[in-house]
Amino acid sequence: MKINQISVFLENRTGQLAEITHLLADNGVDMRAISIAETADYGILRLLVDDTERAEGILRENGNILTLTPVTIVGVPDEPAALSKLLSVLADNGVDIVYMYSLFTHPGGKAYMVFRVADKDKLSDVLDANGISKATKEEIGLK
Amino acid sequence: MANYYQPEIETASPEQIRAWQDERLVAQVKHVWDNVPYYRAKMEEKGVTPDDIKSCADLHKLPFLTKDDLREAYPYGLMGKPLSECVRIQSTSGTTGKRVVAFYTQKDIDLWEDCCARAIMAVGGTKDDVCHVSYGYGLFTGGPGLNGGSHKVGCLTLPMSSGNTDRQLQFMCDLGSTIICCTPSYAEYLAESIEERGLKDQIKLKAGIFGAEAWSENMRHDIEEKLGIKAYDIYGLTEISGPGVSFECEDQTGMHINEDHFIAEIINPETGEVLPEGEKGELVFSCITKEAFPLLRYRTKDICVLTREKCSCGRTFVKMSKPMGRSDDMLIVKGVNVFPSQIEQVLLEQGYPANYQIVVDRVNHSDTLEVMVEMTPENFSDNLGQITEMEKSLVAALKAMLGIYAKVKLVAPKTIARSEGKAVRIIDKRKI
Repeated sequence: MKINQISVFLENRTGQLAEITHLLADNGVDMRAISIAETADYGILRLLVDDTERAEGILRENGNILTLTPVTIVGVPDEPAALSKLLSVLADNGVDIVYMYSLFTHPGGKAYMVFRVADKDKLSDVLDANGISKATKEEIGLK
Repeated sequence: MANYYQPEIETASPEQIRAWQDERLVAQVKHVWDNVPYYRAKMEEKGVTPDDIKSCADLHKLPFLTKDDLREAYPYGLMGKPLSECVRIQSTSGTTGKRVVAFYTQKDIDLWEDCCARAIMAVGGTKDDVCHVSYGYGLFTGGPGLNGGSHKVGCLTLPMSSGNTDRQLQFMCDLGSTIICCTPSYAEYLAESIEERGLKDQIKLKAGIFGAEAWSENMRHDIEEKLGIKAYDIYGLTEISGPGVSFECEDQTGMHINEDHFIAEIINPETGEVLPEGEKGELVFSCITKEAFPLLRYRTKDICVLTREKCSCGRTFVKMSKPMGRSDDMLIVKGVNVFPSQIEQVLLEQGYPANYQIVVDRVNHSDTLEVMVEMTPENFSDNLGQITEMEKSLVAALKAMLGIYAKVKLVAPKTIARSEGKAVRIIDKRKI
């Protein structure tokens, strides 16, 4: 039940992002989440899509440099303090978050957070111990 | 009103200069044959012995030396004196990471400093001047050479070295510097800083000696106007001694080569054939007075023209034009020699593809060096921190190799321009 994020190298050039989204759109790939980390000269585009394997193939064929990164997704109620509570649990248990972003769809009325952490097993243990469930692929509409 | 350091030499008749050259060349070839096995082997290979060299007319019979030879013979293979006789080492970067080290006896240093003293006096320097040396001191020959020359002239010498513009300007104003020695791009930068701070009326400069990088007549006029000085060119290379191999006089129409120490030839870089004076080609030097590092027929890779016309300054030494280019791919960035092969070596060592592009520009009168490197799947990560760490270590490795900062720019694969399958490695945007 591994959920993979696609990370794509982006040159800092006008239109580069549009090229990638066009490519995915033309091939009927649906996006679930998108996040960008950038420096002055380049960036990393992080994507969650409905069909990871297909998107990976298309992007590679078109000369993009990418890597698949396992991420953990947690759904929280869409209400004040919900995320704060979750993050407190992680902080109290010493989970080191490398980065985090959210799905732009809200299946079941929940907000879903995508976590990339230094130690994935530790995160899993902490969530289990605190009765917090990880989102499944079905739950968020991934193939 | 000409000003000479050694008038009897600098204004000697062409016949006298030729006589010195003939005599010194013959002696130097013997010295090298007896003391430098590396060059003796090259001579033997060509079937030449010291008996074949009776005057400058026989110079063309001798084998060439190149930077490759310096690398092969590194560090001691081209020495003409035992280490115990040497008192100094200077160094510059080489083609593939190995540095060029040059050795000097006390006599070598003396003669080198004489050359620099001639250059300082040629721009009007006297013992009443305050000579502000902003070339780097250390392994680089710029600082030590002009420092020594300035002492010989008797100037009050300010060994500023490079950098720290605030301090440079403070000393320049407080101590009344009258001659400035630095790279032409730094002179432009100083001029601008002086303007910005409104210090122009506190500056007493009258002349500048600028070298170690390419500059144009436009830059000369610009510097002269902004600083209110006369700007003079100086040329040299560590292999041959350092700055002062040739220098400009008040005529400002080329640099007089110190022919009592160095014999200059112009060759066709393709065939090695000697070209008549006045033709454009690669400059080759033979050192006829140096003891510790007596290079003969060293190919500088600088393309220029020699002219032997009567000069208004009264000097009789042949004049060389500003170098018009290189017969190899060496770049001079911030006065430092940079070879693309050095950058390539660092990239390979650091796990990057050898597909790169070097972009050189001049921003605010200072050279910039940017290395564009294509990202590879192996080097890519979803973690920005990891990529920036890699970038930092690449920058550090380049700095260690080149001695100057190079900005690294990571680009997407296949974005580095290729022409007819061959990558364009160097883009020099400097307008000088």
